[in-house]
Amino acid sequence: MINFIRFIIRYHFFFLFLLFEVVCFYMLVSYNHHHRETFLNSSNKIAASILTVSGSFTEYFSLKRSNEELARENAYLRAMLPENLRETAAQPLNENERDSVNYIYYPAGVVHNSVNKLQNFITINRGARDGIEPEMGVISARGVVGVVRHVSKNYSTVLSLLNTQVRVSAKLRDSDFFGSIAWDGNSVAHAILSDIPAHASISIGEAVVTSGYSAIFPEGVLLGTIDDFELLPGEGFYRIRVKLSVDFRRLTHVEVIEKITSEERLELEKLTLDD
Amino acid sequence: MINYLGKYLINFLVIVFIQVLILNNLNLGGYINPWLYLLFILILPVEIPDWMLLLIGFLTGLLMDMFLNTIGMHASATVFLAFIRPFLLRFFAPRDGYEPGSLPIPSHFGVGWFLKYVSVTVVAHHIFLFYVEVFNFDTPLLTLWKAIVSSVFTIAFIMVAQMFGATKSSRS
Repeated sequence: MINFIRFIIRYHFFFLFLLFEVVCFYMLVSYNHHHRETFLNSSNKIAASILTVSGSFTEYFSLKRSNEELARENAYLRAMLPENLRETAAQPLNENERDSVNYIYYPAGVVHNSVNKLQNFITINRGARDGIEPEMGVISARGVVGVVRHVSKNYSTVLSLLNTQVRVSAKLRDSDFFGSIAWDGNSVAHAILSDIPAHASISIGEAVVTSGYSAIFPEGVLLGTIDDFELLPGEGFYRIRVKLSVDFRRLTHVEVIEKITSEERLELEKLTLDD
Repeated sequence: MINYLGKYLINFLVIVFIQVLILNNLNLGGYINPWLYLLFILILPVEIPDWMLLLIGFLTGLLMDMFLNTIGMHASATVFLAFIRPFLLRFFAPRDGYEPGSLPIPSHFGVGWFLKYVSVTVVAHHIFLFYVEVFNFDTPLLTLWKAIVSSVFTIAFIMVAQMFGATKSSRS
């Protein structure tokens, strides 16, 4: 026993090093694999308020660009005003049908953003007080941005689409074949769409949009366009390189989406799963 | 040791602010991010107790992780850096050993010595960090390449930062 203690003391530097590494790796693994609330992330108050300062500078420098994007979105929304739509004879089936899909959009500013890691996060300046909850979708005027991960009172962190942990259900806009899109960690401007079957007809430049099968994003939000594709030998699925429509390096304003009926739907789906 | 405390605290704050507010927002070629904050651990006194070195490494890394949402990643790498530092300092020791109170900075041991010391420690740290970041060995050469390229930038930033700080921290 004495010898053992002497051994520990003699090599205390090494054992202390091992102890610290074990603590680090425990945190690394538990933080990444469980959605556990921890105050040690950038939605905590001190870190977020410091990042807000730097975010406000970045925002100033990209004012021109965000103005253009807002103007483009204005034009798009104006085009959707009732008087601009052609009258159709078809009436909605009933009131409930029309109300069944209902989204609320919360505008938010980007406080901090990273693109050069494998796990990229965005911090936004809206939190629980503004009605943001984990697992809500985040989009910008140009397309899908990510999914809310942690929420504090005034801030939230968002798993960027440029995060290898994120997977979004997607489909080809023209042919409705669906698959899932995820980032492979290589290029800031590209992600990989997989699970599109080999018999689907696809072409370069075709738009890829959200499928609406997950309760997070509405159907038809733009993800990007097909840049390149190859048929995986022996698997029967395409591996499609999608050029993302959002430029993650210049992100200043986003919108967080709340889907009103999603809870009801999740409950129903849970029932089916439990059977 | 005590009279260094104030100076190191200011050093620490300045380095962390530069790292978080400026360098973390740089995007050089997609995956390059210079980690200037390592400088703080590298310039701690030679005679610092080894447990304190590990603790400072751990806390510095954890603070970085807090800003980057990568809990444990930078902490593990800075603890590794703190662990190998005494061995490397012994390896790079001058012929008659270190004088009491010496700091591992260019004004004490020369720019050439400092560059050698920084290069070896930073490359070792970056290789550790990048393998922890990918957490697998699927693309070992790509990860190694990223680590080496990033190291070059970190070393360059550390050398430039030391040049600015060199006049202030002359031997007392």
